[in-house]
Amino acid sequence: MAWRLRLVPEQTNIDFFRIQWVTFGASIVAMIASLVLVFTVGLNFGIDFQGGTTIRTESNSAVDVAAYREALGTLDLGDVSISEVFDPSFAEDQHVSMIRISAREGEESVTPQLILEVEQALQVVDPSITFPAVESVGPKVSAELVTSALLAVLAGTLGILFYVWVRFEWQFAVGTVAALIHDVLVTVGIFALFQIRFDLTIVAALLTILGYSVNDTVVIFDRLRENLAKYKQMPLREMMNLTANETLSRTIMTASTTLISLIVLLVFGGDVIRGFVFAMLLGVILGTYSTLYMAKNIVLMLGVDRGDKPKAPGKSEFANVEA
Amino acid sequence: MESMALWKRVFILIVCVWGLAAAAPNLFYAQVERHNDASAGIEAAGGTATPEQEAALSEWPGFLPSALVNLGLDLRGGAHLLAEVRVADVYKTRIDATWPEVRDALRDLREQVGAVRRAPSPDGVLRVTITEAAGMPAALEAVRALSSSVSTLTGAGQSTLDVTAEGNDIVVQLSEAEKRATDDRTLQQSLEIIRRRVDEVGTREPTIQRQGEDRILIQVPGIGSATELKALIGTTAQLTFNAVVSRTANAAADAGPRNLLLPSIDEDGVYYIVEETPVVTGEELVDAQPSFDQNGQPAVSFRFDTTGARKFGDYTAANIGAPFAIILDNEVISAPVIQSHIPGGSGIITGNFTVEDSTQLAVLLRAGALPAQMDFLEERTIGPELGADSIEAGRIAAMIGLVFIILYMIACYGMFGVMANIALTVNVALVMALLSTIGATLTLPGIAGIVLTMGMAVDANVLIFERIREELRAGASPRRAVEVGFDRAFSAIMDSNVTGLLTALIMFWLGSGPVRGFAVTLGLGILTSMFTAVYVTRLIVELWLDWKRPKTIVV
Repeated sequence: MAWRLRLVPEQTNIDFFRIQWVTFGASIVAMIASLVLVFTVGLNFGIDFQGGTTIRTESNSAVDVAAYREALGTLDLGDVSISEVFDPSFAEDQHVSMIRISAREGEESVTPQLILEVEQALQVVDPSITFPAVESVGPKVSAELVTSALLAVLAGTLGILFYVWVRFEWQFAVGTVAALIHDVLVTVGIFALFQIRFDLTIVAALLTILGYSVNDTVVIFDRLRENLAKYKQMPLREMMNLTANETLSRTIMTASTTLISLIVLLVFGGDVIRGFVFAMLLGVILGTYSTLYMAKNIVLMLGVDRGDKPKAPGKSEFANVEA
Repeated sequence: MESMALWKRVFILIVCVWGLAAAAPNLFYAQVERHNDASAGIEAAGGTATPEQEAALSEWPGFLPSALVNLGLDLRGGAHLLAEVRVADVYKTRIDATWPEVRDALRDLREQVGAVRRAPSPDGVLRVTITEAAGMPAALEAVRALSSSVSTLTGAGQSTLDVTAEGNDIVVQLSEAEKRATDDRTLQQSLEIIRRRVDEVGTREPTIQRQGEDRILIQVPGIGSATELKALIGTTAQLTFNAVVSRTANAAADAGPRNLLLPSIDEDGVYYIVEETPVVTGEELVDAQPSFDQNGQPAVSFRFDTTGARKFGDYTAANIGAPFAIILDNEVISAPVIQSHIPGGSGIITGNFTVEDSTQLAVLLRAGALPAQMDFLEERTIGPELGADSIEAGRIAAMIGLVFIILYMIACYGMFGVMANIALTVNVALVMALLSTIGATLTLPGIAGIVLTMGMAVDANVLIFERIREELRAGASPRRAVEVGFDRAFSAIMDSNVTGLLTALIMFWLGSGPVRGFAVTLGLGILTSMFTAVYVTRLIVELWLDWKRPKTIVV
């Protein structure tokens, strides 16, 4: 027998329901905590959602936030935040900062004169400073982006709900969607907790989390459907454990390959997409957890009507696709 | 075990070879880009090539595919603007233009309607007061006769003007159908003119798109900043030549009826009172070029078309010694005195210009005036260095990710891991090949999408291999185990990928900018990964089984 790296033993017999009230309770607590955080502390919205201007500065001398702030203090800019950006991919003498200026009441975007003034004021502090990126979003567009982002996540969830319902049973659809809501909500909660910037690309990450998490859940449900047809007498709870154990190797394997790519991106992908990759990383971890401890539990609670023959894969619309 | 039919095997191989060939140019991006630019340049020059173009052309063999994936602004650097066109501006122009017609029509009915006077009204509404209320029906009929029918499909049968009576006032405004038709025309014109202006500057592949009812998205790679782009497209550049009534230093001076009080562009505190109706407008220009006046100062020379030239000639002949004003976007550039009759229809605009000013003004005049002003709702500038850094970071991440996954798959599945890795490489190549072929734009989130699909693409293979292991444990023969493994895993692969594809579609449909770029690569990645994980791996496994005919296999 050739050597193989195995993360999961060949035969496992883990009872995923043994501590179900702990795990399920923890999930519910995490979801409530996330909601509370989002509504009390709030999210650190980027300019995509709040309007305003961000200026990225780059210089070969160290960033002096206090001096920058002082230089900009004379301009009437309103709310300004300045933060230094660190990244392992930066060169030795590459110092980057982000300056964010909030949108002003009644103005669609920051005027070119104002940006010019900001740039000139900073050049006085640090003559070697350059401005590799300047982005400005007006409040009108940002309000629309919020709506379309919410709509996208909602439409994604509904689409999945509908698809799983058609392909499986409604209980499965409810379980899947509950797991999805858990993953997305807790991810958003963590963004609120650590005040990580939340912008348009994070919404893309959330949608991908939806896709990943449902992928993970569906694979287990697919096997469960097969087992339902195979073992007609086995109690549902036992059958779910059997299914989860049978697919555990795959669940861990896929989560780990995806995590490998994400960790590589997190380390080497540059600071511009770090938030995006971080959201995805959280989502993959949460998605794997919720597949094992959330989706199935809900299906078990709802029960599956086993009098009806479950929709067998052989009768589905893809059965005639020949591999 | 039933092997795949020969034609299927050949087809799969062809797709793989095509993918690798079509993805290859992206590995040599700079060379291929120079090659493509040169061949486009040669074609534009009618087949003659300069030595530099010949050299650039030979950098990439002509028989190989040369389509490249477009790099998004975040990777190439450039400017992005989202503009909202003030479509209502045009209503005002249109309605104001009907006043002389309305006046003339009512003048013919003086007996019935009495004196006719224009009353103050909001922009886009014409309010006309008549003294004889009894004449109202006749007046309404006369004004309605000026209306024509709307010339769009949806608005067909409706008239252009909404004419109602309010007491002694006739209220004229554009009908809803005509407003929509006007909006549409305004947007089309604005798009066309922006395109012309951007093309005049000659940058690579700008994106100029209409978005929704009244918005235009402009993305220009390679331009220095959004401010620069705004200077180019933000000015309406409405040029008119008007008769000057007087010159004043009083900013609150009463201009008098049908006159305008306009500031001078470069003399502070100087105002001109000019007649509202222009003698000639920029629409009658056929050419404008930067040049120099007799004192060597930068200027813009221009030529009128025939009607413009006749009007300008007649006017200058009749008004020798009087000043006239050259007005750009409601500011007086200069107000020279007419020295002599100018018959040829050409002239020169002087002012306090720099060379850049005169060059830009000439571009703007040549491209034509925008029909309405624009507000900029969103603007982004990405420097080319930042873009290059992002590409570098993305490339490194993709390479390292690929190496890790390859090693990991080999560690977990041995020989089968190698096969999955071949499929994975083909998968990445196919994504790049498809992106290049359809001319999609690759953005930074798009690169993340590719790296992510690499991680997820092996999922299908993992599903299959785990199934084969189960079958082998149950005592199936190698061939049987492989066959059952592939077949059984298929429904799970299908379901999980369809849901992934569903979210990609929703992102593409609802998203914009970075979200869309990500959705495209994710969606294509899911499609190609299904193909490679299921078909390509199966082909490789079958070929291997046919060749080795092993008694036992270890997955």
